[in-house]
Amino acid sequence: MNSLLTPLQTWTLLDTWIVVIGALAAMACALPGCFLLLRKQSLMGDAISHTSLLGVVGAFFVSHWLVEAKVISPTTELSVRHVAMCVGAIVVGVLSAWLTESLQKLGNVESSAALGVVFTSLFALGLLLIRAFADNVHIDLDCVLYGEIVTAPMETVGKSGVPRAVIVNGFVLLINLLLTILLFKELRLSAFDPALATTLGIPAQTMHYGLMGLTAMTLVAAFESVGSILVIAMLIIPPATAYLLTDRLPRMIGLSLLIGAISAALGHVSALTLPPLISRSIGIADVQDASSAGMMAAAAGFLFVLAMLLGPRYGLAVRVWHRLLLKLRIASEDVLGQLYRMEETAPRVIADADSSDVRQRTSWHRYITTHSWKSRIATWLLMRRGWLTGSHSDARLTDIGREAARTLVRSHRLWESFLAKHFLLGEGRFHESAEQVEHFLDPELLAELDHDLDRPGVDPHGRAIPK
Amino acid sequence: MSASALLADDSLWELFSRAISLRDYNTRVVLAGTTMLGISGGLVGAFLILRKRALAADVVSHAALPGIALAFLLAERFSPGSGRSTGVLLLGAFVTGLLGMAMTLAIRSWTRIKDDAALAVVLGLFFGVGTALFTVVQKTKTGNVAGLRDFVFGKTASLVAADVWLIGGISVAVIVLCGGVFKELSLLCFDEEFAAARGYRTTMLDGLLTLMAVTVTLIGLQSVGLLLVVALLLIPPTAARFWTNDLKIMSILAAVIGGVSCAGGVVLSSSFPRLAAGAVIVLTGSVLFLVSLVFGKERGLFPRWRSQRQFEQRIGRSDLLRACYELLEPILGSDETTPESLTIYEIDALVLSVTRQWPRGRFHGLIATAVRDGLLVLSSKDGYHLTLRGAEEARDAVRRHRLWEIYLLTQTDLDPRLVDRGADGIEHVLDPDQLAELERRLGGESPHGVPPSPHPIGASGT
Repeated sequence: MNSLLTPLQTWTLLDTWIVVIGALAAMACALPGCFLLLRKQSLMGDAISHTSLLGVVGAFFVSHWLVEAKVISPTTELSVRHVAMCVGAIVVGVLSAWLTESLQKLGNVESSAALGVVFTSLFALGLLLIRAFADNVHIDLDCVLYGEIVTAPMETVGKSGVPRAVIVNGFVLLINLLLTILLFKELRLSAFDPALATTLGIPAQTMHYGLMGLTAMTLVAAFESVGSILVIAMLIIPPATAYLLTDRLPRMIGLSLLIGAISAALGHVSALTLPPLISRSIGIADVQDASSAGMMAAAAGFLFVLAMLLGPRYGLAVRVWHRLLLKLRIASEDVLGQLYRMEETAPRVIADADSSDVRQRTSWHRYITTHSWKSRIATWLLMRRGWLTGSHSDARLTDIGREAARTLVRSHRLWESFLAKHFLLGEGRFHESAEQVEHFLDPELLAELDHDLDRPGVDPHGRAIPK
Repeated sequence: MSASALLADDSLWELFSRAISLRDYNTRVVLAGTTMLGISGGLVGAFLILRKRALAADVVSHAALPGIALAFLLAERFSPGSGRSTGVLLLGAFVTGLLGMAMTLAIRSWTRIKDDAALAVVLGLFFGVGTALFTVVQKTKTGNVAGLRDFVFGKTASLVAADVWLIGGISVAVIVLCGGVFKELSLLCFDEEFAAARGYRTTMLDGLLTLMAVTVTLIGLQSVGLLLVVALLLIPPTAARFWTNDLKIMSILAAVIGGVSCAGGVVLSSSFPRLAAGAVIVLTGSVLFLVSLVFGKERGLFPRWRSQRQFEQRIGRSDLLRACYELLEPILGSDETTPESLTIYEIDALVLSVTRQWPRGRFHGLIATAVRDGLLVLSSKDGYHLTLRGAEEARDAVRRHRLWEIYLLTQTDLDPRLVDRGADGIEHVLDPDQLAELERRLGGESPHGVPPSPHPIGASGT
């Protein structure tokens, strides 16, 4: 444990800024991401993050050309370039969304295929332009792709010591937050029910392209500081995680913001601590840390898997547990029903108590040995609850147990009678259905059945229906 | 060689000839191997597209990244120096690629997150882990990351012969396998339940298809790079889809487009060293895609636009002729409208133009076409005569229109004022068999003549 935390002892202001930048970028991405996820356009974000490379390259060309043409001075080129990059990315982002949709409509191309064709083509074009004119512009591909979150805090604004990346990402987050709050009703409606939204006069097309533009702007702002990997991951993973945890949109948005921020912190901490640990264990001694952006994405993925497994409502563990509980409930009800029927067929006539006792014991024995482990656990649970007495090999109903068993057998036989009355089924078919349905009939339904059948005394097999 | 005729420019020819004539052994091998890769990508992609799983290849390629880094780390750990062997790296990529696919499936079937989001989540996660591992690789003593980076952006030109033999060999194996189970795969793509009912093991077939897709994706990594390799499986079949509705032809075409774009990419990028091969391969495919989008015989924009236009022209022509007939009918009397008598009287263009509300331009266009096709002849200023052929066609058009009107009147309770409109839409799509059937049902009066109009003409026609 000590060795795990050693790298954290050198935590500096720089590390804090890295986490802040990562968190701001993640939160800015999560906002449009929530709506992309709900609109089933998750891959659109990934696609735009690729194609905006073309916009970025275009911006480089434009700003370079402006300097060559002496429209702007080299000193202002940098700020012009930043604006141009943003505009370029938005234009290309909206363009790729528009191209995808046109291909889908005009060419009858399936949506994911259309998306794939558009984004690979535009990205290839961007790559080609970079390589072809690499002498004129200095674009570090790695920087665009992986980002340099570690060096991002170095570039500060003025004397405040606040990194530029914090201001850029914070600003984008603010814009996204404002737009989300202002357009919440429209966004929600067009995400869940586009048809209704259109009839209510919300311009669906405009919302669609607006969201694409916003996504592109968010992505390109985050690119420079954190790289496209983090952006691709943060756009969808935190919203998807939140989606697994809640059914309410405001809560989902809030949660995705929180998850984004946590992923950033967790990612940077693990980037400092995990690699030395792992590399030492596989025998490579000289690794100090790993890419923080990558680890932040991995941390978000880790949180997703956690939510997928342990989520309170939709988690796998909960669902497995519920299924197990249901199985156990059914098994215990079956045990109760079985014992009730045994008592029926072997009435405790006082004169012949012993022989009926023996008969019941042997038939119980046959039951419990031929049934699965569930019945055995169910028997044990029923004994603990006080519904059964006796031993495992000779179980008897207690009074409370008999009461529950009676309800169950009543459900079974009422359902059989109901089937016999309304359906033309063979004799043997009632039982199978009743065996399943008996576990799911509530008192109201039973009363209804009883009423429908005019309070029958016996079931189709001639056995008494307990009251 | 006919190519020399095409390339008159000497300097360009010089560059091309060096690449095309393949003087250099390595270029030759790279060209052959990459073309095989393109063919197998198109072939496998055709089935993936039909199963709407094209973007799964994108996830596989991204998921390969951590596998490549891990394979390198482990190989360096256990036998230093072996980390850059393509086989080892591809094996690692294969393992995590499959893992990524498995995770997508798990998310899709166990949670409420559906297809596209599941792909996006897995892609982000694996890519993130991969990046983190890459930086780890970079920081190990032996870890010059340069060789591994080729997997990200692709570097066809620098492939060594041994790698290409591997890529080409696997591609050929995939092509052969794909051809072998072609019938089963087509059945799987079009009617999974039917395939299952016929006794095919659909799960196994699906697994085989996935396996082939993963394989092609991974061997494509080095040539095209992981960011673009999905294009190898995606663009050729999508382009081929515009040309045909027949799966067999489509997959052959996809294979050809894939092969051509890969070969073109290799040749171009070895002629112009500045061009990144991966990007050029993809863009060659994109150009072929655009050509298919516009000119594709079955679904292309231009053929569709043309057949739409032809249909509209046919409608306009028969509307015009019908209007001519209806102008002449009162003069001749409805029993005397033989083709010969229809040609006698002159039709005034001005009167004709107001019978239906044609826009001016369209009306003149229609007249011009009809004159060109020999249906009308100009006889005086603004006066036309029907030719014999025109008269016959006019009678046909009117007959079709009125038969349907009478049918509507006798079989439905439609207001007589509405039947004209109803017939307007249908008359153009009635084929001879349907016409014969209509005549039979309506009692067979005037089998080759034209029945009189069931409603006053002009009242509803204008």
